[in-house]
Amino acid sequence: MSSTTAGPAAAPRVETPFARFVSEFAASRLALGGLLVFAVIAAVAVLAPWIAPQDPYDLAQLDIMDGRLEPGAVGATGILHWLGTDDQGRDMLAAIMYGLRTSLLVGAGSAIIACAVGASLGMLAAYAGGRTDSAIMRVVDLQLSFPAILAALMILAFLGKGVLNVVIAIVVVEWAYYARTVRGTALVERRREYIEAAQCLALPTHRIIFRHLLPNCLPPLIVVGTMQIARAIALEATLSFLGLGVPITEPSLGLLISNGYEYMLSGKYWISFYPGVALLVTIVAINLVGDQLRDVLNPRLKR
Amino acid sequence: MTVFLLRRLLQAAGVVLAMSLLVFLGVYAIGDPVEILISPEADQQERERAVRALGLDLPIWRQYLVFLGNALQGDLGRSFVFNEPALRLILDRMPATLELAIGATVAALVIGLPLGLYAGLRPNAPLAKGIMAGSILGFSLPTFWVGLMLIMVFAVQLGWLPSTGRGETVTVLGMRWSFLTGDGIAHMIMPAINLSLFKISLVIRLTRAGVREAMLMDYVKFARAKGLSPARITLVHVFKNILIPVVTVVGLEFGGTIAFSVVTESVFAWPGMGKLIIDSINVLDRPVMVAYLMVIVLMFVTINLVVDITYSLLDPRVRLEGKA
Repeated sequence: MSSTTAGPAAAPRVETPFARFVSEFAASRLALGGLLVFAVIAAVAVLAPWIAPQDPYDLAQLDIMDGRLEPGAVGATGILHWLGTDDQGRDMLAAIMYGLRTSLLVGAGSAIIACAVGASLGMLAAYAGGRTDSAIMRVVDLQLSFPAILAALMILAFLGKGVLNVVIAIVVVEWAYYARTVRGTALVERRREYIEAAQCLALPTHRIIFRHLLPNCLPPLIVVGTMQIARAIALEATLSFLGLGVPITEPSLGLLISNGYEYMLSGKYWISFYPGVALLVTIVAINLVGDQLRDVLNPRLKR
Repeated sequence: MTVFLLRRLLQAAGVVLAMSLLVFLGVYAIGDPVEILISPEADQQERERAVRALGLDLPIWRQYLVFLGNALQGDLGRSFVFNEPALRLILDRMPATLELAIGATVAALVIGLPLGLYAGLRPNAPLAKGIMAGSILGFSLPTFWVGLMLIMVFAVQLGWLPSTGRGETVTVLGMRWSFLTGDGIAHMIMPAINLSLFKISLVIRLTRAGVREAMLMDYVKFARAKGLSPARITLVHVFKNILIPVVTVVGLEFGGTIAFSVVTESVFAWPGMGKLIIDSINVLDRPVMVAYLMVIVLMFVTINLVVDITYSLLDPRVRLEGKA
């Protein structure tokens, strides 16, 4: 008897699957720490307008005389600049908080869109099989054989800069990972009895795919998704650093680092160093969470 | 074998053709071709003359054929900025990029193999765990960030290494190379290490996995039973066997390294093709962009072709599969 047929009549479990998942995840202190750090970062990004020492993009609040102050200096406006200021007299802590907003928004947003596109195509490939499958997978292979940075460069070269174009570029680069992952799982799942049952009930194809197949393909998708958010944030930072990413009016961490780069050679390290630390901590925290999720959700590692 | 070669060559040509169509459509269909191909400073009369001269009044498929015909003759347009043939600009900068990519590949093997070997032989040692954690960082940290940190520490704080440019070069075979002068090598160390970070991690992981697998093999047991020294078993017997997959992957990664040198070259102001393409994108020098993309595509296809052919020479199963 397969577990899918176990109904409410089954003996009441002390431990729900979700509780088990939580306790297994929490077994790694490192992953828990990563999750905590990420939660703090996300909270800071969301709450930036309320907790930042100043609005770094309100020119009325900036004083050019405060430019390039060292960390810990007090500016003309009376603000204590914990992390120093940039060449415009902008408080770096505030700039980083606002930068996190753009970075996380672009990173998470593009990862979610890429996931939706990739997962749909991957499931379609697995479910339809035959020519549809090989056509989709041919494109996936082509995409994966091409370095991410190159594909992104190509798209931005054609479309130009801008937040939306960066998101498009990251989606085009990343969807193939999701498609390949989902197809692998879905190929196994679609031979299961519950899919056969759904087909016997003559349910419409889209309903079978999204209501029955998709939920059972989620675990690997979550793992890949978590890792890809970190990758998307790194890719966005790289593109912005190269001057091809977000516009100067909505700087992400990558653009902040790029702005401070020219001052670094003269020893004014803080303008790009601290945004870099924020970027590093974000990426490492997400990776720690993703690593533990992979261990917990991978059935092959289960005893 | 000839049939296989021919089929593979045709496939490669097909991919290049498809990519040329993609690049062509990207430049001509998405953007306004006049705006893209004619410098923004041109006035109305010059515009019309240029439109006719460039054949932009022809239907799109004719235009593509003209583009393809010119590309086959090595004419990919002239750069707006440098007013030189775009292809020549790219080829001028290629030695710098190639030497950086080769330097990075060598660094990846020199650093990655010993570390991976150690991690594979002593998987539970604290140092081995540290190496593996470091390799995760090598995969996940953005290249440009690590590059900045290298500059901050070794160029700004310690002043050991120069941070920008290629340094002194010597001309050999009509191309300028840095790796033959001391100053050039000093300039190359940081960029090469920076570019190789991802590959170092890759080599460490492959080597470690390979060693752990190989240590359980019968030939290792046999060598031990013969009374060979552990050093000889590791360095001769195991090493030889794990080298094949490592070298294959590193070779395959070479194209990726050239693509990723875009980032490293920008950080270290290394005057290669990657720096050129970023500068060109920033000033919308589209002919150079098109030329760069076509050169890179050609490079990728060539690398894949060489790998496939080498494989089919070494492993007859690949050839036979093609016939079935």
